[in-house]
Parts: sequence; C-alpha cells; structure tokens
Amino acid sequence: MTGKIQKSTNSEKRGRLMMKTWQAVKRLLPMTAIFGLILAGCGREDLSVLRPQGPAAESSLGLMKLSIAIMVVVLLIVFSIAAYVIIRFRRKPGQQEIPKQVEGNFKLEVLWTVIPLILVVVLAVPTVKAVFAAGNDHANDKNAIKVKVTGHQFWWEFEYTDYGVKTAQDLVIPKGKDIAFELTTADVLHSFWVPSLSGKIDTNPAGTINRFSFSAPNEGVYRGKCAELCGPSHGLMEFKVKSVSEDAFEQWIASMKSPVAVLPEDPELAKTFKNQCLKCHAIGDQGLAVGPNLTGIGSREAIAGILLNDDTGVDGAPIEENLKTWLHDPQSVKPGNLMPNPKDLGLSDAEIDGIAAYLANYTLD
Amino acid sequence: MAQAAHTLNPSKPLGHGHSVKRHTGLMDWITTVDHKKIAILYLIAGGLFFGIGGFEAILIRIQLIKPMNSFLDAQTFNELITMHGTTMIFLGVMPVIFALMNAVIPLQIGARDVAFPFLNALGFWTFLFGGILLNLSWVMGGAPDAGWTAYTPLSTSTYSTTHGVDFYTIGLQIAGLGTLIGGINFLATIITMRAPGMSFMRMPMFAWTTFITSAIILFAFPAITVGLVLLTFDRIIGANFFEVGAGGNPILWQHIFWIFGHPEVYILILPAFGIISEVIPTFARKRLFGYSSMVFATILIAFLGFMVWAHHMFTTGLGPVANALFSVSTMLIAVPTGIKIFNWLLTMWGGQVRFTTPNLFAVGFIPTFTMGGVTGVMLASAPADFQFHDTYFVVAHFHYVIVGGLVLGLFAGLHYWWPKMFGRMLSEKLGKWTFWTFILGFHLTFFVQHFLGLMGMQRRVFTYLPNQHFDVLNLVSTIGAFLMGVGMIIFLTNIFLTSRKPADAAADPWEDGRTLEWSIPSPPPEYNFKQTPLVRGIDAFWKEKTAGHTEMTPAEPVGSIHMPSATMLPFLMSVGIFIAGLGFMFSRDEFKSDFVGFMFNNYLVTAIGLLITFGSMLMRSLFDDQGWHIEPEELEGEQI
Amino acid sequence: MTTPHAEAANNTLPYEPEKATLEGRNKVLGFWLFLGGEAVLFGTLFATFLALRNQTNDGPTANELFHLPLVAAATFILLVSSLTSVFAIQAMHRNRPALLRNWLLVTVGLGLGFLILEIYEFSQYIRHEEFGMTTSAFSSAFYTLVGFHGAHVAFGILWIFVLILQMSRKGLTVVTAPKVYVSAIYWHFIDVVWVFIFTVVYLLGKVG
Repeated sequence: MTGKIQKSTNSEKRGRLMMKTWQAVKRLLPMTAIFGLILAGCGREDLSVLRPQGPAAESSLGLMKLSIAIMVVVLLIVFSIAAYVIIRFRRKPGQQEIPKQVEGNFKLEVLWTVIPLILVVVLAVPTVKAVFAAGNDHANDKNAIKVKVTGHQFWWEFEYTDYGVKTAQDLVIPKGKDIAFELTTADVLHSFWVPSLSGKIDTNPAGTINRFSFSAPNEGVYRGKCAELCGPSHGLMEFKVKSVSEDAFEQWIASMKSPVAVLPEDPELAKTFKNQCLKCHAIGDQGLAVGPNLTGIGSREAIAGILLNDDTGVDGAPIEENLKTWLHDPQSVKPGNLMPNPKDLGLSDAEIDGIAAYLANYTLD
Repeated sequence: MAQAAHTLNPSKPLGHGHSVKRHTGLMDWITTVDHKKIAILYLIAGGLFFGIGGFEAILIRIQLIKPMNSFLDAQTFNELITMHGTTMIFLGVMPVIFALMNAVIPLQIGARDVAFPFLNALGFWTFLFGGILLNLSWVMGGAPDAGWTAYTPLSTSTYSTTHGVDFYTIGLQIAGLGTLIGGINFLATIITMRAPGMSFMRMPMFAWTTFITSAIILFAFPAITVGLVLLTFDRIIGANFFEVGAGGNPILWQHIFWIFGHPEVYILILPAFGIISEVIPTFARKRLFGYSSMVFATILIAFLGFMVWAHHMFTTGLGPVANALFSVSTMLIAVPTGIKIFNWLLTMWGGQVRFTTPNLFAVGFIPTFTMGGVTGVMLASAPADFQFHDTYFVVAHFHYVIVGGLVLGLFAGLHYWWPKMFGRMLSEKLGKWTFWTFILGFHLTFFVQHFLGLMGMQRRVFTYLPNQHFDVLNLVSTIGAFLMGVGMIIFLTNIFLTSRKPADAAADPWEDGRTLEWSIPSPPPEYNFKQTPLVRGIDAFWKEKTAGHTEMTPAEPVGSIHMPSATMLPFLMSVGIFIAGLGFMFSRDEFKSDFVGFMFNNYLVTAIGLLITFGSMLMRSLFDDQGWHIEPEELEGEQI
Repeated sequence: MTTPHAEAANNTLPYEPEKATLEGRNKVLGFWLFLGGEAVLFGTLFATFLALRNQTNDGPTANELFHLPLVAAATFILLVSSLTSVFAIQAMHRNRPALLRNWLLVTVGLGLGFLILEIYEFSQYIRHEEFGMTTSAFSSAFYTLVGFHGAHVAFGILWIFVLILQMSRKGLTVVTAPKVYVSAIYWHFIDVVWVFIFTVVYLLGKVG
C-alpha cells in the first residue's frame, strides 16, 4: 500500500519537472511490478494465510515471519558467497597453474555447523511453544461453542451439539468466542481449512477423531476449503465461516431450532419436494439427514459451497439462478457428487425451477 | 584386492567355463549383464518414463492455466496428478539415478563389474516391467486416482472402484523389487569390489552417496513393500487393514507410507549431492573442500531421514508431543545440509571455475536447492505447517528440492559423464541453452507457487474459482512449465545431434578429471580396467596426473580377465512376475470368455507367471555359470 | 579363477568353502544385506499387527482363538530344525558331504512338519472358528504376518531341497558351499522371526 502511494508521489514530482519522463518510467516499472506482486502476493482478506483474521492464524503467520526472516538471512549469505565465488574465481584465459588444493578448514566447518544449529534453536523454541498452545482444543471450556464437523464427499456438515442444531456449508459462529471443534468424516479423509482464521486439521474416521479450536474476533465471512484429496470434486469442496455478533448468533440458533415447516405453497410441488428431496435432505424437523441440511438455505452464502450467491452478479449469481444451475445438473457443477440428478428422479423442468424458487426464498428471519 | 582374486591362479586350468555366447542386436540388450549397458538401458527407460511424466505435468498445467477451466475433467485430472507423481519419482528420476550409478560407480572404485551382475540385470527388468504395468492402467480401465500417496480410505476399493489403484500397488511392488535389488547390489559392490588402496575415506563422494543411498533403499523399501501388500490384500482379497467398519485404521497407511516416503526423499537427493560433489571440484580444479565433513553430513542426513516421517502428518492429529518432536528433528536436518552447501561454495573459493554445461547445472543447483531447503525448514515448524500443508506452498517446496535439486543434479551428471558413457561430447552450445531455458522455466513455474499456497490455494485441485488472486500466478506457472518443456526438447535434440557425430571423446575429455573413471577410455572396454589400478590417495587419477603420470599405476600384471555370461533369465523372471501381477489383479473380475475367466479366477494366470519366475530361478541355481575369460592376447589386440 | 570341480575331486576343499571365492564372499555379504531388508519387512508387519491386534470386529479374539500347546509344538520343531541346520554347516566345514546332506534332509523334514502344523492350525480357525482373512482387522493382520512367515518357511524348504538335489549332482564345491551357507543363514533368520511371532502374537494374545 505505502509503496503505491510513494510511487505516485514520486512520479508526480517527476511529472511536474517534465523531464526525462521515459527514464522515470523505466526506473519505476520494475518497482511497480514488484509492489504489484507483493500486493497480489497477499491475496484476499477472507482467504489468505498472509492476512490473518484470528489469533490462530496470527500465531502461524508469526512463526512463518520468524522463519522467513532467518531463512532470508541464510539465503543472502549463500547467494552472496556464491555470487562472489562465481565472479572472482572464474578461470581466466591462459590460466594454467594448479590452484592450491585445500583439504578443509576446521574452524570454518565448525562455524557453519554451530551457526545453523543456533538458528535452528531460535526457530525450534517458539515452534514448540506454539505447538503446545495449538494443542488447547477448548473441548472442556464451558464458554466455548461446541461444533461437530463432519466431512462428506463433497460437502461439510456442522452440528452445534449444545444446541441440537445441524446445518451444512455455512458455519455460523459468534465473533470472539472460542469454537471447540470435533472433526470426523463420513467417508474418506478431508481436511478442514479456513486459511484466514487458522491452520487446517484432517477429518479422520472413528477411532482417530481430531479436536481443535479457533476464534474469529471480527465479524465477516471467511472462505474455507477442503485440503486433503478426497475424490474428483476435492477442489470444489468449499464452505464459508460467518462470524456474527453474539446476538445475531443467538437469533440464528433460535430460528434454526424453531421447527419451520414451510413447504412450497403449491401443494403439488410440496408433495414432490417431500417425496423426493426430503428422502435425503432435511428442513426444520422434517426429512432425513443423509444429504446437506437445507434449513434456511435461502440465507446462505453459496449453493453447493461454490456457486456464490451475489445479487449484483459480480462475484457469482443470484441465489435462485445458482439453485437452478445446481438442480438442473448437479454433476456438471460438482463431478462425482452423490446427489441424484432431479431429472432422473422424474422431476420436470418446471418443478425443478419451482423448487429452486422455493428454496431461494426459504430464508431465516 | 577384488580383481586380484581372479588372477591369483595364472595357469587358469579351466579357461572358458563353457562356450561364450555373444549376442548381437536386441538380444544383446535383453541378455546383457554388463553394468555399462544396463546403465544405458536404465537411462533409456527412465528417460521414456520421465517424458511421460513431463507430458502429464504439461497437461496438468494447461488445465490450471485459468480458473474454472474445462480442458480436463476432474477424474482425469486426479489420474494425471497421481500418475505424474508416481511416474516421476519411481519410474523417472530413480532409474536415471541408477543409470548414473551403474555407469560410474564400478569405474570410480576401480572395479571390473558390480558384485552381482545377474541381479543387476534382474533389477533393471523388474523395474521396467513394473513401470510398464503401472502405465498400462491408462489403456486398461483407468489410471490410479488417489494421489501418489494413495491415502486410505480414498484408495480402497470402496472409493476407488476401477483397477487403477491395483495397477499402482502391483506395479510399484514389482518396480520396487528392482530398486531393492539395485540397492543391495551397490552396497555389496562398494564394500567388496574397491580397487587396492581405495579405502572408504578415499572413495569419491559420488561413491559415498551411492553407498549411503543404497543403505537407505535397503531399510526403507521393505516398509512400502508391506504397505503395498496390505493395500493389495484390502482391495483384492477383502482384508480389513484400512476398513474402518471392520476395525481397520486408515492412519496406519500414512505411517507406513511415510516411514518409507521420507527416506525416499533422501534416496533421491543424496545421489545429486554426490554428483555435485564430483562436478564442482573437477571444474574448479580443486579438491572437494571438507571431504570428511561431507561424508559425515551424508551419513547424518540418512540417519535423521528415518526419524522425521511424521512431519508429513502434522495435520493428521498426532498430538502436540509428537508434533513438537518431529518438528525439531526435521529442523536438525538443515545443519548437515548446510554443511554441504558451504563446502561446495568453499570448493570453488580459490579455484579456477570453468562454466561448462555440467558445471552450470551444478552451480545453478546450489542456490536453487538452498531455496528448497529453507522452505523445508519453514515447513518443519508444525504450527506454520498447519497452514502450509497440502497447499501449493508444499508443491513449490518439493519441486524445488526434487527438480531444483535432483533433476539439476542429474542434468549436471548426464552432461558430465555423457562422454564416458557414449564416447561423445554433448554440444556445449545446446547444453547451455538447455540450462538457461530449463532453470528459468523452473523458477517461473515454481517460485510463484509459494505465493499461491499462502494465498489459500490447496494442492491437487482440478480447478479453482475466479477472483481469488490465483489467476495471474497460475498463468505464469503454466508459461514456466512450457519453458521447461522447451529445455527438455533442446536436451533431446542435443542427444540426437551428438549421436550422429563420431565417437571420439578422449579418456579425460574435461581435462581436469580427478577420479578413476577418467583414466580409462571413453567409453570403457567391456572389462573396464585392463589392469586393476593402485589407488594412492583421494582423487586417485588427479594425484597421478600431478605426479606427472598419464595413467594409473597398475596393481596387478596383465592377465586373463573373468567375465560374467550374458543371460536371458533376468528378463524371463521379470516377465513371469509381470504376468503373475496382472493375473492376481484381475483374479476377482468377471470375463466374457469362460476360458479366460477360468484362468484368472482360479489364479492360474498368477501360477503360470510364478512358474516362469521360479523356473528361471531354478535354472539359475541348477546350471552353474562359470562365466568366461578374456585372455591377455585379446587385450593386447585392443587399442587402450 | 580357481576350479571348483577339480578341487572337489581332489578333496581339497578349503576350511570355509563358502568364503573361498570372491563370488562366495559377495553372496554371503549380499545375503546378510538382504536379511537387513527382510528385518524391516517383518518389523513393519509386526508394527501393523500390534496396531490392529485388538480390532476384532466382534469376531474371535486372540485369547479365544489360540491353542498354545499346538503352537509350542510348532515352535519346538522349528527351533530344532535351526539346530540341525547348524549341524549341517558343521558337516560342511568338515567336508563331509553325506553328513551334510542328511542334516539338510532332517532340517527340511522338520520344516515340513512345522508347515503342516501351521496349515492345520489355519484350517481349524477357518472351519471351526469362522476366523478368516476378511473377519476383522485383527484376522487380516494375523494371517498376513504369520502367513508371510509361513511362505518364507515354504520357500526355504523348496530352496534347501533344490540345493540337496544340486549337491547330489555336483558335490560340495566352492560354488555350492556358499549357497548352502546362505540358505542356513536364511533358515536361522526365519527361526528368529518365529520366536518373535510366538511372543508377540501368541503369548501376548493369551496374556493381554
């Protein structure tokens, strides 16, 4: 950021002088390129490891910064010795005498054994500290919100065990509170990763279940991903973490818990929805929990985790359109997913569009 | 000392054990037990697989050139990344390493052959047939798709329903057998076949790293053998090692895989260290700085390499104690590796560095590998690795180590020893073009991937959403990959053009050769050394040259030389294993033809394959092969 | 190159014929190295077994299954066969081919006895206990570990038998001696592995 400002003021000065503009551009181009790269290298606020939004991610980044600092020093030393040697000790034309054959140098060798050892210790001490700090999973913390995460091919299920609430794809959490996760999988291994909030952890099957914890001090929507190869649509197994105020969280829980059985208004459509969709999905207290829970799906950030809902159309499409895209051909959106194509279940295009419209409007208060 | 045994009895009453069969053409290559020819076989086969793996890489990069690309579908993409990784590591770079070991090690230690010429050939053929089996998956119902790490349960028959992963387990099993045989062979060769005077601490550095690498192979490969057996049993005969429902434990696979997999990394990189330690002294005209600390560092790296496997599993959830321990042990590897880097730099210090193609690659190796090394230390810090793990940062890291380290090392070695292997110098001009396009392409491809990982791009994704700041960097990466491809094409062109020139390379074509291989003709005669040389110090040939001699002092008089006989058996044994593997893989399938079904479902095909293999072993055991002799008169006739 | 057949004919076999030639020494060394790899192989199988030995999936447990007297008998047989293979090598060092052959035959016979007991044991489990490869993770680990060992024994029997045949044709020479010697090392190795199996699989299964 500061780089960009500096660049513009610099070029303004030069512009005012009206001299040798070309030279200035030539000098500034690489700088702009570098600053551009650095800015691009930081990534999105809601996604990048380099722009942490919570203490866990900050701790990871802190260690990264320390290690990068040490490693840059090492690299600079190696690069400069290499550059010096390459330039200074080139064989000159006509050089015939045999260079002195040096066996080694005990002092030097001790030096470059001991110094790296010290550097390793400098990095190892905070690493060990952070490892044990990250080991605090808040499983027995009464103030923490307990969430059971279950990975499925290729979607995420979130169960708020203390509240008896189940949802999918959007993890809603109160800001600032520690969330105590218990992670498992229904099929293959997945890895639960919200880069801007915390490092990742695998979802293992029964017997090797993991626990960990993070918190999000600020309100916002953060992008989460699956980080362990889990089949064809591994790359599309995304989810969102919505950090909201404590009041909003309580309200969300309340509306999730109230058995809102708002079926489609059209009785025919309601029947189809009940007989087909609710064979696998649940809304409120109806249906089965084989597929993702659809309660309040109209309020979610995305459909199927990757079709982003955005009425402006900039970052995605309006929710109803996304639902139609998904329902008309789920395989083309997420290859290998387990949802049957509604058309194969005998739903007509009109019915599918009707259900899409119904779901799009099925919001929580 | 070794060869002396052959000539202790100058009267040689036996003469030729039996008539000497000399094959020509294809039969010569199929039956050869000559380590120099086996080296060429390894190089051709390894090069072929390397090409396949490279082509797969290009396809992967084309798919990732832009967000939501539909050049490849998700399933094909997963097959490609699996095969790219598996092919490159097991069938691409390892055979090229074995090619260089075979071509150089016996010459460097002053031996006429390896300890087990028959096993040497067997190792090559099993590797080749294993590799062919694995790649047959492309045309026989689908390639493996669970990643080269084949994590369970994704790789179990519940979630990977084609035969792909069976090709993976059985193909790697067969190829791995070849590697294990090769490892044992080089260990024994280096222990017993060194020329008189060549103590361990006078061995060239490449011989040392080969020795240590072989030891790692010996102790690491059986672990993956077992892992692959367990997965095969789960998939084909319904065992429950990784079936959660029946009490199995998928995490067990990760432990077994990485107990093998991490040492495997050092199996790959140590030979490159050895090559660099040969090339740099030659072209700096200075002996290797800190030889004994180099040896010590190599041993230490191998030792530590076995105690760090769980750093691949920080996010598996092993608990803070294990994570802390494995973090620290991993960081420790930086120390011996650092020793090596500084020793190479100090070797050039005060020397007269010549930038020939091999040395360009060697000098380019140092900063590139260092970059891969420092990201390795960063990854070692478990809490930071929670973020790095399974992202493009890791992809960048291991490509810096394997391509920026090993492949640059292999290029250095190939350019360096090409005249020794083929008697022809590769073109320096094209070599330099290869270097610059390849290394620029390499950094372009992989440097940006560090940032992709940090910005939240996980690895093994077949596509990605737009607006995540991933687009430009992925485009840059793909362009770099194409540039590397150009480098490879230039290299192949160089080989082709060189092969059309006369084979006129001098014995010591770089003029500053230091080790024994440069004291004999290029390419060497079948028996390598007319007389076993007497080694009087480290850099034996250089020592003689500086003393004013033009060749080595012999340790024995000219005499009859014992040679092993060419044989078809290693090839047949590998064919047998190949058939048995295929038979076992399809033993539970249904076939249209009753006869074929009968053959497969009753394990008859497997039995036939095993019969061929064991029958060949029996032949080998029952009919002694005394080998044959090259008589002094025949030696005199040759131009040496 | 020395002439093995001539030597045998003149009865001038050196004291340790297995180490008389470079090929022989290489063979012995290479075989020791191979056994290093085998040790890792069995080590990994043992680790797998230890990790899964309590995962019985409602099938039979080790305690219910194992019948120690039978296993103890098998252990005894195999240990004795190790001893007889030592006698065989001593006979070889004393250059007494006939005695060598007899001790090898005894070794092979004992090995066969062990193998028959093992096959009987497995068939009992499969027929009467409904304990097959696919029963549980424990059963898979059990059959794989013990079965791998059994396959090694079977291979050893075949191998030594072939060597007996070979010696009957060629006699004891510096070519055949290293083969006999390494087969004896191999036999001891699978014996040692069995001692571990007896402890880790059977005794631990009964106690723990």
